[in-house]
Amino acid sequence: MSDNIIEVRDLVKHFPVRVGVLFKRTVGHVRAVDGVSFDLKRGETLGVVGESGCGKSTLAQVLMRLEPATGGSVKFEGQEILGLKGSALRKLRRDIQIVLQDPYTSLNPRMTVGDIVGEPFEIHPEVAPKGDRRKKVQDLLDVVGLNPEHINRYPHQFSGGQRQRIGIARALALRPKVIVCDEPVSALDVSIQAQVMNLLGDLQNEFGLSYIFIAHDLSVVRHLSDRVAVMYLGKVVEIGDETALYEHPTHPYTQALLSAVPVPDPELRGQRQIIRLEGDVPSPVDPPSGCRFRTRCWKAQEVCAQEEPELMTRVGAHPSACHFAEEKSVVP
Amino acid sequence: MSANTTKPAPGRTGPVPGAPLLEVDDLFVEFRTRDGVAKVLNGVSYRVEAGETLAVLGESGSGKSVTAQTIMGILDMPPGVITGGEIRFHGENLLRASTNRRREVRGSGIAMIFQDALSALNPVFTVGFQIEEQLRVRRGMSRKDARKRAIELLDLVKIPNPKGRVRQYPHEFSGGMRQRAMIAMSLALDPEMLIADEPTTALDVTVQAQIMDLLKEIQVERHMGLILITHDLGVVAEVADRIAVMYAGRIVEQSDAISLYRRPGHPYTQALLDSLPRLDLKGTELNTIKGLPPSLINIPSGCPFHPRCPRVQDVCKTEVPAQHRPAPGRLSACHFAEELLSGE
Amino acid sequence: MTDPSTAATGAAVTSTAGEFVTGAEHIETKAGKPRSLASDAWYDLRRRPLFIVSAALILLVLLMAAWPSLFTSVDPTYADLGRSRDAPSAEAWFGYDNQGADIFARVIYGARASIIVGVVSTILTVLIGGALGLLAGFYGGWIDGLMSRIADVFFGLPFVLGAIIILSSFRAAGSTSATEIMFLVILSISVLSWPVCMRIMRSAAITAKQQDYVKAARALGASSTRIILRHMLPNALAPVMVYATIALGAFIGIEATLSFLGIGLRAPVVSWGVMIADSRDVIRVAPHTLLFPAAFLTATVLAFVMLGDAVREALDPKMR
Repeated sequence: MSDNIIEVRDLVKHFPVRVGVLFKRTVGHVRAVDGVSFDLKRGETLGVVGESGCGKSTLAQVLMRLEPATGGSVKFEGQEILGLKGSALRKLRRDIQIVLQDPYTSLNPRMTVGDIVGEPFEIHPEVAPKGDRRKKVQDLLDVVGLNPEHINRYPHQFSGGQRQRIGIARALALRPKVIVCDEPVSALDVSIQAQVMNLLGDLQNEFGLSYIFIAHDLSVVRHLSDRVAVMYLGKVVEIGDETALYEHPTHPYTQALLSAVPVPDPELRGQRQIIRLEGDVPSPVDPPSGCRFRTRCWKAQEVCAQEEPELMTRVGAHPSACHFAEEKSVVP
Repeated sequence: MSANTTKPAPGRTGPVPGAPLLEVDDLFVEFRTRDGVAKVLNGVSYRVEAGETLAVLGESGSGKSVTAQTIMGILDMPPGVITGGEIRFHGENLLRASTNRRREVRGSGIAMIFQDALSALNPVFTVGFQIEEQLRVRRGMSRKDARKRAIELLDLVKIPNPKGRVRQYPHEFSGGMRQRAMIAMSLALDPEMLIADEPTTALDVTVQAQIMDLLKEIQVERHMGLILITHDLGVVAEVADRIAVMYAGRIVEQSDAISLYRRPGHPYTQALLDSLPRLDLKGTELNTIKGLPPSLINIPSGCPFHPRCPRVQDVCKTEVPAQHRPAPGRLSACHFAEELLSGE
Repeated sequence: MTDPSTAATGAAVTSTAGEFVTGAEHIETKAGKPRSLASDAWYDLRRRPLFIVSAALILLVLLMAAWPSLFTSVDPTYADLGRSRDAPSAEAWFGYDNQGADIFARVIYGARASIIVGVVSTILTVLIGGALGLLAGFYGGWIDGLMSRIADVFFGLPFVLGAIIILSSFRAAGSTSATEIMFLVILSISVLSWPVCMRIMRSAAITAKQQDYVKAARALGASSTRIILRHMLPNALAPVMVYATIALGAFIGIEATLSFLGIGLRAPVVSWGVMIADSRDVIRVAPHTLLFPAAFLTATVLAFVMLGDAVREALDPKMR
């Protein structure tokens, strides 16, 4: 069996933009994910970072088969999953699960915690016989650090961090091999965030999970990830080892992103070199020609407008999609 | 606290010469809800001078935003009830001022910007109109002058093509531009004091850096007082002169920024800093604060942090710690503040 | 004056109010055992005077409908023309009507027809409208488009005109069967009212469908039936329940309207509407023949509307 548990090749997801009241015309496409390729190795955590609108959440939806892909291929353990239907798709659900961002809307307020965490067993009754379920749910609550006696409580009786643990227990129920974490800690307070991140780390060791960890917070991503992919306007602009990418970034966007993260140390104030990007991210409906970052890039030249830079290793040891890739350390 | 020295004579209203720009003095606020009385603020005191940036740091429910809303006079009452304390702007107690006087202070004395610029701007009016309206109503400007001033303000916050932008609606602005427009609006009446409530939380890091730069620049230029309310220890480190850390409706520590990060004077601050994932360090396990923030309906006895505190002693469970002064210019509401700072 | 510096705080402030009660402990302190949202709402309702008053009134009317003999021993159909239009007295509290029948007894017995029409039409309306709204909200696309247009057609029909058409075209000539008339009245109310309920359910279902817990259920491989019944329906039910309580009152009023117009229930059925209709020729000489049934009708309708308001406030998630 290959080392890669998930292989994504040229994945594309376009959302049509429609206008008109009665007869809808398609006037363009939001190119949310536009040709993304990466591998996820068994047991590793791949971090995906990017600003809002870069397509990282859409990527999660497509990988989870919650949205149909427009093109490309996603293989799980060597098997193409984009075309799966019916029972084959249901079986895939047991292997790939998701943890969602918002602990307040991701749990059904009308169901008890026991029903929420036990729902996976109801949908996949072959996993656990009926008599065992209550015990299994209590075990799961225990695993994620909740009191198993709280099985009959409702979500509104828990705090944000506890609710996120319930969401994690639900994702773990079917013993998946891969968990897609879509901004799992960004809605939580700092002190709670650390608890949930530690929990995710512990669970990975205990159950041999592979994570795709999507977040906008670069510090959080670094803390949990083995490898990191940086996305901008639907494309991966740089991908590599956590150390390589954070300490030797080669794409100007990665460098700008890293330099803009505030460092919690006032003594470094004014000493850090901060790359200030101009303006906002362009619309994904009509992205710039050539390199998509060129409109905000200080290195941009004519070739950037004409030729789209390929994601390949130019300098250093990891791939980067910039014609003028060069190493630059920006993290203090 | 030192604020006591400037307390005006009872019954006196109006500004006091030489008084600090803004003082919050022993403020108590309760929320009377269905589930009971939530003691949201329990004796909050801080002061801000012109040209100074005070960062109010805290997690959700710590009371940092409620303090700001009380200062602005926009607290929802009910359920909010102010049960004690004073808010003095130039020495004048705003809590006893008339509705008209408060309205006068709002905008031209103290202005506020919010986290969510999209809901803070009215979607059915153009951005220009919303800025001009204040100028026309409050400053009696003509339509033409107000338009001219609105364009200047948009230019001041570095919105490209302000002449065109002034005619656009909030939804036509991107997130960062909307935040800039809100800053422009808050500056329209030349306030002496700006309260920024999580101004960059909803923004991406690259845009966040732009907005913080802008805020800092405007503050220095206009010598304004700035209260920055945030939960982000990184942002605080970048811009704050002084920091007030809030927990369960109290200020647990107050200090200048550099000393606080170098050596926190309260176990809560220490724990917060330790639980932060760092961009420049890859750790294996983060130190966490055990347990949950307390329910404000049922605040723990003694020091409200004691159930989660790694240094907890018996005295912490029974006695509410007073504000210690472990070092010049520093306050800490911990029984062991001195030991913490001396490194024992 | 709009003060732009404060323009935004509505949302900001209300959202902070919730923050302070998120600590998990406070719930235990109060009840000691877990409570569902429904029992939370019930806990809340019991403390509302509006709810207590309206519920008491409704209970009274329901008792009247179920066991009228508890309240009076007089036969409502017994008429003595000799006592025609006699004013209220100690013997007959509400006086006598044009036919000389006891108005108090008739008001009591009239509750049954009014309540049956109200309750059954509400159930039908909620079932038809709710089911269609749920399906339209879940599937969206052309199914939603088609259903919504059909609903619009029914919605566009003026209510009274629609009811007159249905009642006059379906009623067998000369039939006086009380059940048949009642059935037709119920049918016309339901047929003409379901679009409102469908719209309410549709928008509630769309809101529920967009929640993350539906996404999580889909990611687990849940079937459409499971998503509709376990996740969307329970969360979309609250606004429909509120509508149903208010509609029940309104339908009782509609029954009276149709009877008054001479196309709804009619004698020998006793209902408030029929009594009001009967009184119309003698209003000037014997106003009490109108006053008492109208007062009962108004009070009942009002009670249901008040109950709806109380339920809405108790179920409103923003209040908790």
